[in-house]
Amino acid sequence: MNIVVCVKYVPDAQSDRTFSDDKTTDRAGVDGLLSELDEYAVEEALKLVEAGEGEVTVVTIGPDEAAEAVKKALQMGADKGVHISDDAIHGSDAVATSLLLAEAIKKIGQPDLILTGMGSTDGLMNIVPTMVAERLGLPAVTLVSSLEVNGSTVTGRRDGDTASETIEASLPALVSVTDQTNEPRYPSFKGIMAAKKKPVETWSLGDLGVDAGQVGLNNAWVQVESFEARPPREQGQVVTDEGDGGTKLAEFLSTHKFV
Amino acid sequence: MVRMASRNSALDALSGLDSLIDADDRDLMSMIRKFADDHLRPNLPEWFDQGVVPARDLAREFGKLGLLGMHLEGYGCGGSSATSYGLACHELEAADSGIRSLVSVQGSLAMTAIHKFGSEEQKTEWLPRMAAGEALGCFGLTEPDFGSDPGGMRTRAKRDGDDWVLNGTKMWITNGSVADVAVVWAQTDDGGRDRIRGFVVPTDSKGFEGREIKQKMSLRASVTAELSFTDLRLPGDAVLPEVSGLRGPLSCLAEARFGIVFGAMGAARDCLETALAYAESRRVFGEPLAGYQLTQAKLADMAVEYVKGMLLALHLGRLKDGPGVSNEQVSVGKLNNCREAIAIAREARTILAANGISLEYPVIRHENNLESVLTYEGTSEVHQLIIGQALTGANAFR
Repeated sequence: MNIVVCVKYVPDAQSDRTFSDDKTTDRAGVDGLLSELDEYAVEEALKLVEAGEGEVTVVTIGPDEAAEAVKKALQMGADKGVHISDDAIHGSDAVATSLLLAEAIKKIGQPDLILTGMGSTDGLMNIVPTMVAERLGLPAVTLVSSLEVNGSTVTGRRDGDTASETIEASLPALVSVTDQTNEPRYPSFKGIMAAKKKPVETWSLGDLGVDAGQVGLNNAWVQVESFEARPPREQGQVVTDEGDGGTKLAEFLSTHKFV
Repeated sequence: MVRMASRNSALDALSGLDSLIDADDRDLMSMIRKFADDHLRPNLPEWFDQGVVPARDLAREFGKLGLLGMHLEGYGCGGSSATSYGLACHELEAADSGIRSLVSVQGSLAMTAIHKFGSEEQKTEWLPRMAAGEALGCFGLTEPDFGSDPGGMRTRAKRDGDDWVLNGTKMWITNGSVADVAVVWAQTDDGGRDRIRGFVVPTDSKGFEGREIKQKMSLRASVTAELSFTDLRLPGDAVLPEVSGLRGPLSCLAEARFGIVFGAMGAARDCLETALAYAESRRVFGEPLAGYQLTQAKLADMAVEYVKGMLLALHLGRLKDGPGVSNEQVSVGKLNNCREAIAIAREARTILAANGISLEYPVIRHENNLESVLTYEGTSEVHQLIIGQALTGANAFR
């Protein structure tokens, strides 16, 4: 089966992330990498293809350095990559991102399965996978912690707080996977060397037939208005037990919706 | 809690070393560093404390990563440049010298001996499994009474018909009690001028015994063993056909030394990064320790030696990948980088003071490990003699 994995190049969550002057993600001051949540999607795709046949194509959107995310996925074992890059894309929101991914997937050629992570480690909108599925008219099986492909269907398990759901969809479909799905492999030395010879295509808006008026910061439905650092933690509240400690504790827990 | 030093961007900027390392090698290093952060560093304090390490499991993991015999060609090996292999050793030893030793002994010693001097049958039998980490190798040269003078070894291989019969003892053998195969060097009685020959010995052979050496204070996250051979019978084709004389084992040692040139600086870097992070966060007399002139003098000296050591390692890597590197040149690297790495570790320890002796930080572990790295694969004194002979032409070994 042929699988497309949508991946994102994000600022390293371990470093001090911030915004640029135009309130988009600052990429200059921090090292970027393949979003760790997307590694689970790449791993799942590799496992499915290794168990049968087909190929894994990774697609990403971002500036020049986003090619690193594609490279990492190729080093892990994906077969080919697509990098969508165009100055006009800067500042695009989820709506525009999903449009570009959907158009890219059409251009790659309808795969049997589209895999994504559960969200990106920077934006955390977690909406792009569903939007891509909607644009392509495909079923979306989101946030699964395990999945299985049987013939023409895919079955995933979604673990909630109180129940686990088993969801089945016919292929082709889009599936987003959580960080419980697998343990992503490390690129091996051979994988690192092999990645250099794998094909990566770079596509502009023109290649996708998308108009610049549909993407970018100025056309975004959602923009960052303002941001501030999280305030330092306040000192904890001390409850003195004067015979009513239990009641006070219960009140605290219920007012903060802990119980 | 295990404290891990993150990459220090100020040190990277000061050294500018990234500009000397190509993109694939940087990816290789960050892959190993990530693996070490996920799977090695969180466990190393306990492995070191308990003196127990899951060597065979680690070998399989390193096999998957392609690090075993990665600089050898064919037979499932990686075929990397010498520099890539050295940089892999650097990142492994930034985790622990014992871990790097496991990889060095497998790739540079046991696999190299078979790859360089083995028959086609020996290569096909062992190398693919060893590259995958499914078979673990060890290398028996040193004996209880013969370290720097291996030519005096007492282990004997006697001809008996077509067979060989092996008797003797080998000491300080990394992976010795967990290995599947031992490359053993022994004196033969076949009358040749170069009497020392190498043998490929499956460790399940009758008469083979590997006893783990406990009660050591260094390389505790590494298996060290004593091997003994009692009337161990080997078929005639167990001998490594392509070499006789000390040149065989010594050329393998030169490979391992090359890895150590890079590796020792990995341990040093981890100590320096730990000391830097500690000095920035620890307050003394109300101020960060890093703000004191005495601390800065220490940090500056450590950084200077680290950068010099890495430049030397990369220089030797370029030589080995280009015109060739001589054993004497490798000795320059081994002598300098082990000596300076342990000095950096000791200085880092003083910055961490009491915390420096805790396994919560990696410094005392590196410092103790480097005591072994300083003397194995040729003591500093042996390397001084090798360099001295290269300079003067006079052999001062005896």
